[in-house]
Amino acid sequence: MNTSTTAGQPPVPPSPRRHLLALGALTSAAAMVLSGCASESGDGTSASTTITELDYYTDEQGSAAWHEALSTCENQTGVTVERQEVPPDQMLQQVLQQVGSNSLPDLIFIDNPQLQQVAETGALTPLSDYTIDTEGYYDSITEAGTYEGQLYGLAPGVNGLALFYNKTYFQEAGIEPPTTWEELSSAAAELTTGDRYGLAFSAIDGEEGTWQFLPFFWSNGAQLDELDSPEAVEALGYVTGLVEEGSVSSSVLEWNQNDVADQFVAGHTAMMVNGSWNLARLQEEQELDYGVVPIPVPEAGDEPVVALGGEVGAIPATDPESQEAAAQVLDCLLSPDVLMDWSSSHAYVPAREELAQTMAEDNEQMAPFVEEVATARSRTSELGSSYPDTSSALIKAVQSALVGDQSPAEALATAQESVAGES
Amino acid sequence: MTSTQALPAPPTQSRRGGRPRPPRRSRTGLGRPWVALGFLLPTILYVVAFFGYPIYYNLSMSLRDFTVRSFYTGEAPFVGLDNYTAVISDPVFGQTVLNTVLFTVGSLFFQFVIGLALAVFFRHNFPLSGLLRSLLLLPWLLPLVVSGALWKWILAQDYGVLNQTLEGLALVSSPVPWLTSTEWALISVTLVNVWIGIPFNMVILYGGLQAIPESLYEAAFLDGAGPWQAFRNVTLPLLRPVIAVVLMLGLVYTIKVFDVIMVLTGGGPAQASETLTTWSYALSFDEFAFGQGAAVGNLLIVVALVFALIYLRSVRRSMKEEQ
Repeated sequence: MNTSTTAGQPPVPPSPRRHLLALGALTSAAAMVLSGCASESGDGTSASTTITELDYYTDEQGSAAWHEALSTCENQTGVTVERQEVPPDQMLQQVLQQVGSNSLPDLIFIDNPQLQQVAETGALTPLSDYTIDTEGYYDSITEAGTYEGQLYGLAPGVNGLALFYNKTYFQEAGIEPPTTWEELSSAAAELTTGDRYGLAFSAIDGEEGTWQFLPFFWSNGAQLDELDSPEAVEALGYVTGLVEEGSVSSSVLEWNQNDVADQFVAGHTAMMVNGSWNLARLQEEQELDYGVVPIPVPEAGDEPVVALGGEVGAIPATDPESQEAAAQVLDCLLSPDVLMDWSSSHAYVPAREELAQTMAEDNEQMAPFVEEVATARSRTSELGSSYPDTSSALIKAVQSALVGDQSPAEALATAQESVAGES
Repeated sequence: MTSTQALPAPPTQSRRGGRPRPPRRSRTGLGRPWVALGFLLPTILYVVAFFGYPIYYNLSMSLRDFTVRSFYTGEAPFVGLDNYTAVISDPVFGQTVLNTVLFTVGSLFFQFVIGLALAVFFRHNFPLSGLLRSLLLLPWLLPLVVSGALWKWILAQDYGVLNQTLEGLALVSSPVPWLTSTEWALISVTLVNVWIGIPFNMVILYGGLQAIPESLYEAAFLDGAGPWQAFRNVTLPLLRPVIAVVLMLGLVYTIKVFDVIMVLTGGGPAQASETLTTWSYALSFDEFAFGQGAAVGNLLIVVALVFALIYLRSVRRSMKEEQ
């Protein structure tokens, strides 16, 4: 206003302009605060036929497959779904933050061992509140979605770990894919050459590493409530031996499962322990001739016990209308047709037993995964929401033994002590 | 405040002409307390909202049994200092503190020595020195996560550039497990952090060197001082205030380094490169012991605060000296 008149005159009387400035600073600060509040309260009043959904399918194939499943269900239910994606390792933090600020999306798809953590907060609603068909699922899947007797989450598809092997290398060496630990270590040793390792897996710190070790741990009869049992020590001793013999690179300590798949695709490893979702990616590698067999077991005749993987859909307590709309979408995602299409394109095992059998018959590479799901174990079934503590202690013990800091027995004893000390 | 308040009415042109006053006089318009407050208030609000409250919250969290459930219900029973005793008696604590000290001291020492050497080197202009100097700033300009990811690739055991080079030159017989052995992990993350920190040290020290008058060196050389004596008796003493600033800021920056370690090793393998920051993160977000995570965070804040106070005191002293 008066700036134009005063601008040209050098001796400006200081105070009035500074008042204005100070006032301006104050009002703009206030405006910022107000607008911040306004935009937040705006979210809750959005149209009831639009829901928000959060998942961590951020890889190329997974994201595309999920997008397609969601659009199918948008068409079927008439509910518009606004999708949000976060990287897998930030999922739980994001959800917990949203729990704290009461801003959870209407539908979340979360890694199944984390469901208990979120359900424990009380922010989720049991699925029995809605008309969702919960029949025909594998027991381990409903178990994973259950917290304190109530079903909070269901997965459209699940996954597990199996052994991928490079057929070319196996033919060159004239050996068959291994089925027992003994065969696995001799095959790994035989296939290790100057620029190639026999086997690769992920022993990275965190849940991903635990999940990769559990098939060895559980298949040998060890239990999560006794980390230092002889069976557990034997399992860790076996895995440590593979690294000590040089059949497995000590880089496994820093490889996540994608890195492991990269090594396999590049031909730097003859075998890898990895999940079914990699099939979607490996199909694009024309050059690579590979096969899949179940995880080798300690002795011939043992059953492989892998950890059950996959994401469960859950409905947070928001408002009745959105919850109902979210339930419709979830029910649609779980319906046989959508579930089957999505499972095929993302290379997941359908969570409904019957459909899984159909898939196993049609798809030779999925068959080992389907077979394993029957005996797969949910990670939270033994320990419930205290699983993360144990998981964290276990992978630290695995790392400690793999780098040779401690013997497997010492490392597991330390882990058991730290878990017992905390509870 | 009170002295300026007592002054007579706001200055006008005529008065200033009549009674000579120090130049400070012209700012008396600010003397009115509510005007001053108006300027201060946004800052105060900002500091309270974005620093004060989180610190208060962290402190309160560290004294409670804060679980995932607490986020939703807001219930977190008060447990006194239990979280602190749990953290300190944890077998990992000693190792983590030692790692933090080794990492901080190692980083600071090499960053400073190399930064100072480069600053002295660039003091003399030579062809392309300007270009070289700006190129050396690159590590500082890269986002830390990018640097971390690059170094992870360089240091990879089997197919990393560094190991390939070392093996090609026949300097090592088998690949060095830079990031995957307990002996090397801490050294590797320190190495990368030194690389990241050199530009900061160089830039500040270079600035300090520019302020030293050339005539002093001329005088020193006339008196027969060699380059080393000139450095010891002219450069170092005059650079002392700048050195104090660099070291103190470097310490506060280094002690809180998180991203580099997280990207490179995640604190592993087997917690060999775990520092207080990564441990605090792991406690909170891997084990959901939010109270203990907050306790570790607070211990870090206290350490950083102590050094920040020392820094402020030394700045105040050197300002007095200048006056």
